[in-house]
Amino acid sequence: MKQTKKLPKKVLLLGSGALKIGEAGEFDYSGSQAAKALKEEGIKVVLINPNIATIQTSKEIADTIYFLPVTPFFVEKVIQHEKPEGILLGFGGQTALNCGLELYKRGIFSKYQIEVLGSPVSSIEKAEDRHKFRDFITDLGLKVPDSSTCETIEQTEKIANSLIYPVIIRSAFSLGGLGSGVARNKEEFLEISGRALAQVAQILVEEYLEHWKEIEYEVVRDKGDNCLVVCNMENFDPMGIHTGESIVVAPSQTLNNREYHLLREIAVKVVKSLPIVGECNIQYALNPKNGDYRIIELNPRLSRSSALASKATGYPLAYVAAKLALGYALSEIPNQVTRATTSFFEPALDYVVVKIPRWDFLKFKDLNEKLGSEMQSVGEVMAIDRNFESALQKAVRSLDLDYEGLISDELDRKNIKDTGFEFYDLTATPSRLYNLGFNLFYGQSIDDIYALTGIDPWFLDRLKTIVDLYKRMLAESPSSIKRETLKDAKQKGFSDKQISQIYYKKEEDVRSLRKKWGITPKVCQIDTLAGEFPARTNYLYLSYLREQGDRIALKKKSIAVLGGGPYQIGSSVEFDWCAVNTVLTAKKMGYRTIMVNCNPETVSTDYDIPYKLYFEELSLERVLDISDIEKCPFIVSVGGQIPNTLSPKLAKSGVKMLGTPYKSVDMAEDREKFSQLLDTLHIDQPPWKKLTDKEKALEFAKRIGFPVLVRPSYVLSGRAMFVAYAPDQFENFLSQSTTFVNNDYPMVISKFIRGAKEVDFDGVSQHGEIIVSAVSEHIEHAGVHSGDASLVLPAYSLSSSLKKRIHDVSSKISKKLSIHGPFNIQYLVTQTESGNADVSVIEANLRASRSFPFVSKVLNTNFISIATQIMLGVKVKKITIDDPVNYVGVKVPHFSFTRLRQADPVLRVEMASTGEVATFGRDVHEAYLTSILSTGLPCPKKTALLSLGGEEGKERMLRGARILARLGFKIYATSSTCRFLNTNGVKADFVYKVHENNHPNVIDLIRNRDVSMVVNISDRRDLAFKHIMKETTDGYRIRRCAIDMNVPLFTKATIATIFIESLEKYTVDTIAIKSWAEYIKNSKRKTQSSNIRKGGK
Amino acid sequence: MQKTGYLVLEDGSVFEGMSFGAIRETPGEVVFNTGMVGYPEGFTDPSYCGQILTMTYPLIGNYGVPAQSFQNNIPLHFESSRVWIAGLIVSSYIENSSHYQSVLSLSNYLAENDIPALSGIDTRSLTKTLRTSGVAKGVITFKTTHLKNPPNRRIFFKDINKENLVSYVSTKEIKIYGNGKYKILFIDCGCKSNQLRILLKQNATVIQVPWNYNLLSDQKGVKFDGVFISNGPGDPKMIRETIQTVSEVLKRNIPTFGICLGNQILALSSGADTYKLKYGHRGQNQPVRDQKTGKCFITTQNHGFAVDTKSLQQGWESWFTNLNDGTNEGIRHTSKPFFSCQFHPESMPGPTDTEWLFEYFIEQIKKYKKI
Repeated sequence: MKQTKKLPKKVLLLGSGALKIGEAGEFDYSGSQAAKALKEEGIKVVLINPNIATIQTSKEIADTIYFLPVTPFFVEKVIQHEKPEGILLGFGGQTALNCGLELYKRGIFSKYQIEVLGSPVSSIEKAEDRHKFRDFITDLGLKVPDSSTCETIEQTEKIANSLIYPVIIRSAFSLGGLGSGVARNKEEFLEISGRALAQVAQILVEEYLEHWKEIEYEVVRDKGDNCLVVCNMENFDPMGIHTGESIVVAPSQTLNNREYHLLREIAVKVVKSLPIVGECNIQYALNPKNGDYRIIELNPRLSRSSALASKATGYPLAYVAAKLALGYALSEIPNQVTRATTSFFEPALDYVVVKIPRWDFLKFKDLNEKLGSEMQSVGEVMAIDRNFESALQKAVRSLDLDYEGLISDELDRKNIKDTGFEFYDLTATPSRLYNLGFNLFYGQSIDDIYALTGIDPWFLDRLKTIVDLYKRMLAESPSSIKRETLKDAKQKGFSDKQISQIYYKKEEDVRSLRKKWGITPKVCQIDTLAGEFPARTNYLYLSYLREQGDRIALKKKSIAVLGGGPYQIGSSVEFDWCAVNTVLTAKKMGYRTIMVNCNPETVSTDYDIPYKLYFEELSLERVLDISDIEKCPFIVSVGGQIPNTLSPKLAKSGVKMLGTPYKSVDMAEDREKFSQLLDTLHIDQPPWKKLTDKEKALEFAKRIGFPVLVRPSYVLSGRAMFVAYAPDQFENFLSQSTTFVNNDYPMVISKFIRGAKEVDFDGVSQHGEIIVSAVSEHIEHAGVHSGDASLVLPAYSLSSSLKKRIHDVSSKISKKLSIHGPFNIQYLVTQTESGNADVSVIEANLRASRSFPFVSKVLNTNFISIATQIMLGVKVKKITIDDPVNYVGVKVPHFSFTRLRQADPVLRVEMASTGEVATFGRDVHEAYLTSILSTGLPCPKKTALLSLGGEEGKERMLRGARILARLGFKIYATSSTCRFLNTNGVKADFVYKVHENNHPNVIDLIRNRDVSMVVNISDRRDLAFKHIMKETTDGYRIRRCAIDMNVPLFTKATIATIFIESLEKYTVDTIAIKSWAEYIKNSKRKTQSSNIRKGGK
Repeated sequence: MQKTGYLVLEDGSVFEGMSFGAIRETPGEVVFNTGMVGYPEGFTDPSYCGQILTMTYPLIGNYGVPAQSFQNNIPLHFESSRVWIAGLIVSSYIENSSHYQSVLSLSNYLAENDIPALSGIDTRSLTKTLRTSGVAKGVITFKTTHLKNPPNRRIFFKDINKENLVSYVSTKEIKIYGNGKYKILFIDCGCKSNQLRILLKQNATVIQVPWNYNLLSDQKGVKFDGVFISNGPGDPKMIRETIQTVSEVLKRNIPTFGICLGNQILALSSGADTYKLKYGHRGQNQPVRDQKTGKCFITTQNHGFAVDTKSLQQGWESWFTNLNDGTNEGIRHTSKPFFSCQFHPESMPGPTDTEWLFEYFIEQIKKYKKI
């Protein structure tokens, strides 16, 4: 690229913080691409992002990194410190954009003479303020939905009678549609608008375009007014379902030329008029009856859709947007795929892309699964093929939800001919797609389904094609499968497994049969130009709709890495960090790396990262297909649980895997085998048993004593875990979930140890010998899922001898299992009466863990890089890392409870957090406070509400309450808590609980923002009771209200106390503004040379 | 049951597919188009005359086919009154009629128009073959005997570029559209309807004349303010009469605007040369740059021949170039109102970014006629 521009020397890039519903890994991808684009120009990149697990917060990506909150206060401090010349606001989602707008309003940019690169702030404001946007669009002579704005309840009451229902209520300045809903009558309207106005100052009431198609366009424009549309996308679900909640297909399928290009023309007109410099997304509603349109919204920044569009087309939107922000013209930026053409072109696809969101409603109890205009999904998958049917079925399998395809195995073959069948409800829920398949199977007509759902008959027709083929196979079965049918089935995306079930065969038999018949998937390259120009990159997918595959180079020195699949509770950006670092390390060692993943929100699926990217499902069948093509060894221990679970099956199929032997993996995963192993090593573990019989389960629970923890094996984030505190609760639980206790689904019951410390041991071993390790301590006591716990490194309350004991136990396990690569062991530490500590093992995972990026960055030692070298055969010498003395790293979870309207925001054994942040500080308190602020919570202002259940809860919070009083906090407390505090000399004001039917109650207090911090410790017995009875308790109401009002809420005495201690020691003004490099500059480690050598063994 | 059909290329390669159009053996020049929408418009574009069209987008037929209706005697939903492609090759044919404008399926539409079509073909491999070896002569056949022993190759594989394809597609008689202020002599070499529609929107009277309309011998002396040369199929050198007419127009200093074949005709009339591209440009995503202003546009294209920029005579300059391969995308006279573009500013199908060229044409007419 010609260096003719006057470029800034240093640019500040704002990240998006923790992964949360509505803002996930896509912003790691866009931020990383932006940083790369800047660095190529020799520009120093300063990044603020407290999300330590991201790729962008790596030394290779950004020059200076601040793990600090992305808030105007802290960003200004960093600006003072760094004095950047420019700032990028469009790469860190709504968080970064809102922060930037606020800084602009406060005059910070002009004060420090910082240029906002990319779209001018005036354009961003026009697009973000719904009122201004509306005026702007109508002034252009274009159409927006009928709407009005309300700022007060009175205004809503005034218009309620004149509205034409249904209407949709939206709130301004929101990410992922927070605070919006559809009202079909006056009552619903008043309720929803009331709720929204409690959160935001202004709401928008719009004409509800029911069953209109929803279409999106991704547009780029350069400073020279050259503009183009990179991609359009069509939602499978019509208007009314948030696009983040919709199945989305690219390109649009049901639009004709006039519709497609009318919307394109409008997009270009809007973007040129705003104007945008860089990238933006524009959303439309399109009337399926007459082609009429409305512009719904415009996002003047990189978005989830733009990440999807980038992956769908191979057009690197974020990279290009960053270059455009620097002033380059589109035609000056080379096409990254062909390297022969420029970025001024519109990709032509010769395939279809399907995205399906991934929800985790099961993880949030009490939740209504209905989908709507608010985003609730936690991740997504994308699949590519040359027809819709196959792309869809691939995507379904990629979700990692045990669905083999559109048609679930709930179908009863005997019922096929039944006519009086009752169809499933087709309300939009995560199951709707499968319900559609089910209903089509049993004969519901496309017309009827269209009338009910508004899903375009084109899509329903495609689903029916799948259903019809399924029926054809059922009809042929059990006689042997025909070649034509098998080919058809593979072209329509049926898995070998599903076919094998239909024909009563084994999966491997179907596989060998089709291989015998030459029915194998062919490699297809994404070249952005539909074959018109050759691609230089290896962005690949597999398809049965080719006779001949695209020729791709096969290199001897190749390794393949399995990525983490869809983001979900328990598996998130941290595994992407691990997978990407594995690839980067192997690349440095001279390997040709191959990545397999299906998550468009990741950096690992950036075709620039690996040598070859297979954007494919992480199923056994597909990995074997890739193995057949590439014939190279695989690394399965860096992508989290999905690849880990595949490893025994891959081993059985003869796929070569690097790292720890799969037999060891199996031994660690299988609770019984692992337990036996611990016994032989004389290592303690909490008493447990695997049982399939209810009577025996109860008997065992009584024997080991309550409370007990109940869970199935092979789980990542503890789905269906339950703590029973008394026999009656346990019996109750058993009677509720009968289906889960049988021979196929045994239940594991273990002693639940209360008040114990939990410790994470992360390590990398070489032939059983630990090479590098880290011991992190949880602030919360055991009983909170490790993914929801706050981690402190170095461990702050463990003696060095205890740490040594933990290391010794880990060494024994590592040796016994011949661990060769990354692993994690979780420990319980209990203080005995004699003052000693008992150490027992909860579980071991012979793969990289969630905390790998955290420990790697805190200790300035890349654990994954070391693990990769080891797995690739480099002999690495033992590394001893001294505990940092000048600083502490604290990682805290981020919960998306604001998004999950009814979820109970309480910590429990099941994981519920969607993301995490980690920050540094001089001590645990500074880092903890910074981390809490990094999750988007405000610093409390001298008022607190305490509602403490049970004697124990009260006792444990007394010290914290005293500190609050000493700090001059006005304390409100509920009945018994208030009495307790006053008796113990802490002044507290009484406030009513909700059930006491008197005002002001706790809810009034929180709603009126009379308290700025809530501590609600629930009696565990109540929680368990609520779990079973699903009753609304006072505790739930308090917690829910705190979340809805964005008031810091603590439900554990441990974290509440440490937070209060932090408030005693620090204020926002005394938090140090130090970059990562400044913190770690004095970190010490004794390394016996671990230079990366070119080449393996 | 669908019938199996074959696409046979001159090099002997055979692609097997299923028929979804007419069952008829058809020769043609096999080309590919990368557009993702707009098949009713594309298939009725006369520039495809004699060509077997391969769609790289794998799902074709998604929104059915609209009804043929006319507005101002111009087809409303199509680019001419019939299908011009010789045959169609797709990966998957999708039969659907849920679109509100759809009145029949693509399959029925093609059958009605007697056009053979094959689905189930690895169009990406075919496209890559065409990209590397150039557009190929081919035949869609349903006779397996023709696979092993093709009949006389010269007859079986027809070279359409040796024919005057324009003479098939051009209007046979003079037609007048509209009653606007600006009178346009519209030389129809196989025009797309949208060229007429846009000119009418620009307050024009369009006098559509056949490709071989003789300006000199026209005794009635048709009066016009500007000349428009439409797109059309085949090798521009095959239509000498048109070249001669345009040369005459240039002598008279009449504002002249050419599109696609019109660009090539204008070039040939000005003394420049044209040549055949290896595999042409067919799609809706072709980037072009205005050489003077540096402005870039996304354009629809459908051409196999190009103007040789190096051959441009004095007084002429290259106006637009293709950003992908640097080929000529338009020429203009440096001082006189003669200009043309290789791409399709009338879109249909495709992006509408360059529709301003029609306004530019009218402005030039105004300027020169001082209307």
